[in-house]
Amino acid sequence: MPNISSWKDWLLFGAIFAVLMFAAPAALSDFRLNLLGKFLALAILALGIDLIWGYTGMLSLGHGVFFGIGGYCMAMYLKLQVGAAGTYQTDLPDFMTWNGLTELPWFWKPMHHFSIAMLSAILAPALCATLLGLLTFRSRVQGVYFAIITQALALVASLLLIGQQPYTGGTNGITDYKAILGFDLADNSVQKGLYIATVLALGVSYVFCRWIVRSRLGKVLGAIRDAENRLRFLGYDPVGFKVFVFAISGALAGLAGALFVPQVGIISPSNVGIVPSIEMVIWVAVGGRGTLSGAILGTVLVNAARSGFSEQFPAFWLYFLGSLFISVVLFFPDGVIGALRYARDGFEKLARRKRSAVAEFEEVI
Amino acid sequence: MFNGLSVSSILLLMALGLAITFGLMGVINMAHGELMMLGSYTAYVMQNAFLRQFGDQGFSGYFAVALPVSFFVAGSVGLLLERTLIRRLYGRPLETLLATWGVSLILQQTMRQAFGANNVDVRSPQWLTGRWQVSAGLEFPHLRLFIIFFTAAAVALIYLLLFRTNVGLKIRAVTQNRDMSACLGVPTAKVDAYTFALGSGLAGVAGCILSLMGSVGPTTGQNYIVDAFMVVVLGGVGKLAGAIAGGLGIGECNTLFESFSTATMGKVIVFTLVILFLQWKPSGLFPSRNRSLD
Amino acid sequence: MSTNDARPASLGRRAFMRRAAGAAAGAAAANFLPELGYHVMPRAAAAEPIRVGILHSLSGTMAISETSLRDVELMAIEEVNAKGGVLGRKVEAIVEDGASDWPTFAEKSRKLLQRDKVCSVFGCWTSASRKAVLPVFERLNGLLWYPVQYEGNECSHNVFYTGAAPNQQISPAVTWLLKNRGKKFYLLGSDYVFPRTANLIIKAQLKSEGGQLVGEEYTPLGHMEYSTVVNKIRAAKPDVVFSTINGDSNVAFYKQLRNAGITAKDIAVMAVSVAEDELRGIGGGVAEGHYAAWNYFQSVNTSENKAFVDKFKTRFGKNRVTDDPIEAAYFQVHLWAQAVQKAGAITVEAIRKGALGQEFKAPEGMVRIDPQNQHTWKTVRIGQIRSDGQFNVVFSTNGPVRPQPWNSLLYPNRDCNWDLGGTVDKNKS
Repeated sequence: MPNISSWKDWLLFGAIFAVLMFAAPAALSDFRLNLLGKFLALAILALGIDLIWGYTGMLSLGHGVFFGIGGYCMAMYLKLQVGAAGTYQTDLPDFMTWNGLTELPWFWKPMHHFSIAMLSAILAPALCATLLGLLTFRSRVQGVYFAIITQALALVASLLLIGQQPYTGGTNGITDYKAILGFDLADNSVQKGLYIATVLALGVSYVFCRWIVRSRLGKVLGAIRDAENRLRFLGYDPVGFKVFVFAISGALAGLAGALFVPQVGIISPSNVGIVPSIEMVIWVAVGGRGTLSGAILGTVLVNAARSGFSEQFPAFWLYFLGSLFISVVLFFPDGVIGALRYARDGFEKLARRKRSAVAEFEEVI
Repeated sequence: MFNGLSVSSILLLMALGLAITFGLMGVINMAHGELMMLGSYTAYVMQNAFLRQFGDQGFSGYFAVALPVSFFVAGSVGLLLERTLIRRLYGRPLETLLATWGVSLILQQTMRQAFGANNVDVRSPQWLTGRWQVSAGLEFPHLRLFIIFFTAAAVALIYLLLFRTNVGLKIRAVTQNRDMSACLGVPTAKVDAYTFALGSGLAGVAGCILSLMGSVGPTTGQNYIVDAFMVVVLGGVGKLAGAIAGGLGIGECNTLFESFSTATMGKVIVFTLVILFLQWKPSGLFPSRNRSLD
Repeated sequence: MSTNDARPASLGRRAFMRRAAGAAAGAAAANFLPELGYHVMPRAAAAEPIRVGILHSLSGTMAISETSLRDVELMAIEEVNAKGGVLGRKVEAIVEDGASDWPTFAEKSRKLLQRDKVCSVFGCWTSASRKAVLPVFERLNGLLWYPVQYEGNECSHNVFYTGAAPNQQISPAVTWLLKNRGKKFYLLGSDYVFPRTANLIIKAQLKSEGGQLVGEEYTPLGHMEYSTVVNKIRAAKPDVVFSTINGDSNVAFYKQLRNAGITAKDIAVMAVSVAEDELRGIGGGVAEGHYAAWNYFQSVNTSENKAFVDKFKTRFGKNRVTDDPIEAAYFQVHLWAQAVQKAGAITVEAIRKGALGQEFKAPEGMVRIDPQNQHTWKTVRIGQIRSDGQFNVVFSTNGPVRPQPWNSLLYPNRDCNWDLGGTVDKNKS
């Protein structure tokens, strides 16, 4: 790991946090701030993916599932809050009414309470990840096979969500919320509050992940990424570590989903399937896997590019995205952060060489 | 029963090329579906060319020409891909996955620009429409019979190629132990190139045939890719028999479950079963046995 | 980029990194700089044009259908401008791409309403996209003109529905089939909201009109393998298959149905998501003899339609075809223009008031916006597919039919009436 002195790191972190927390809400319009809030929620998800891919070497192409579970939990809560204010003036969400349901399904009932919804948004995906992890890691499924299995999982999850329309809203997803914890979602100050909450959550997640990777656990994770068998020979059982970290990344994804939903206003199976899951990976790859700040940076950059591109050149977005995939893999595998560090190291080397050249010159003279 | 066989043969056709690139070379090619799409579009272009040249009489002949042409077209694109991209990523399967996904996006958009976003119409030649009546109520469509026989023939050919020819010997050697083969004088780079081209060409042919059964459009490839990967992963990487077994397994199960419930649930159940099966036998039905731990 | 091959890899990488960083920074800047006062585009001068939004999927899976809507809406706006615009001002369209992604639709609609401050948006296709943008339009008080047939169950004050409601497409089709083809129905659809909801309506109608349901099946979107489904259909021996299959699956279904030897004479397939555009991919020969229910076909015999089709083909290519959503997208722009002209202002309330009761001689015939539920009176037609991919109109109502967003069988007490405040329970009032 590159050795940046710790206090400089924290200074930078503090500066960026302050900008996001205070400068951005003042400077940006409501629309752009809302966008930034959405990007930052997704950045939490990217942190989770970075944790398992950049640091532990497991590529998951199905993280949309965990994101979706978190998102749907929060969406269920928000939808139930609409209650009698909705089109049909019943307590049932509107899509259940026109699907012919007369009673709230059992797994919707607990979602009346915000605390339960929030907890399940974080714990349910973690539980799911733990189960999947136990199943796959114990059989030593890794690398490519693991990636393909997660992809199949994403497909299965999105098919199920679509098929069980009366319970999940089907392809329309769950949308049209009015209030969260009594605050009106249409109010701009509430959206600003959600943005602040997202920034805080991102900050906490970042610190948490940083603590993990800097600890001894982090070293074990790195060992799993680089030489899992050797780690086994040394007496460690990688399964426990992998499951733990996979569960953490699932929880982060769920948290991201829960923050995403009230800001964007909709969650649907199109956020859960194969294509969005692969795009999540590219955010981390672009920013720089194996670096936490890279995950955040990559998410914001790629999503901002997508917003910008689709405003100006919709047809070229796919070309750009495709070339992004290719160039990140071929030309800058360490992403933007890696390239920046490379540049900084290059400059340092240059400076050192200049200094030694000057010293030699002075010697000669 | 026949349906299950038919579905299996289609899956196998799609997965055969993938079995070669993934199974033999360890290269994850997410653009496999798009290579199939190229084959489908080739069929479309051939069809139009024949219509213009020969009118309705000679129309039926287009398909026989389209098959080798799609092999050639998809194979060349695959070759190009291998030379420019894949070759730099050997030994890094996850990177290959991401990079080829990028390629698939680019291919999709290119076809969209070239042919328009709409699906295009590919019509079956005369000799493939129609059914074979075995008995009252039991009819086999010619197209599905053709697919079954074609797939069987393709598998046989590939088997012959791999196990009875010099070229096949070289391919197997490079797959099993690259360094040793290089020491023994096998031109590994060239072998890699034409193995990948072979796999891609097969994808093109699959696409050409499937254009008669399904849609032909820029997003056609997306509909096939996950199924193809499932077959290869289930069957076990490294052995052709695995792909066959995988295709048969998934095809029959899919049909079975579909007839009892809905198509969606059928797919969900099959994939869940595959995921669970892989817990029990993580390397698939026919794993390649070797001495290394990884 | 490839000229860097001769140099050592490091320099090539650095140069590329610079370029890439520049591109990313540029994109990010384009996104955020305008907020700080920098505008990428020059301001308009003189008489300020009236701004409208066009929001469709121009990329992704829905691009197949929706790009035509954008094209025809732009064409209609040009026609309006050629006649001098509206209220003496030109109409300017801001086109946004929903990218077949519902959150993007929500985001773009927010952008159009909050940043670009458009007075109306012509947009959406799938119900999912409409549902995603609906909260935005209701919260920010915008106006959406929605040109595609849908499943009903909606009554928004901020939407003008210019596509068919179920009673203007599905229900008349069922009645016609019961009379002309037979009583046994097999319902086959793609697995998403519209087919499932439509089938609820059809089942209720079969019960009340003496039809018989012999099967109901849903296939996932993008499904290509229809052999089992065809077998099930054959075993059930229906007179009619009512198909709500959407997208690529349609091509696979028709082809495989034909391959299995089932023609329209044996079992008729009635579709409500297959139009001339989709037939281009399916092939008229494969689907010949089957039916579709719409309000408009390219072969409709009115002088307005002939002019419309000619203009469309001249503008966009001889191989392009017009279909119902395209025609609805076209006439809704004209209805909007008339509404604004009548209103004399471009606030949402004014446009809405001006639009109620607006009439226009569309290519399909006279269309009228219902003053109570903001849906559109449309003629109902049933067409039979020809081998050239066009339709023969085999049934047509005498004039436009009143739209009913809530199905009278499933919700006999519910109505959409904005004179009474929106969704009303007939029992209470």
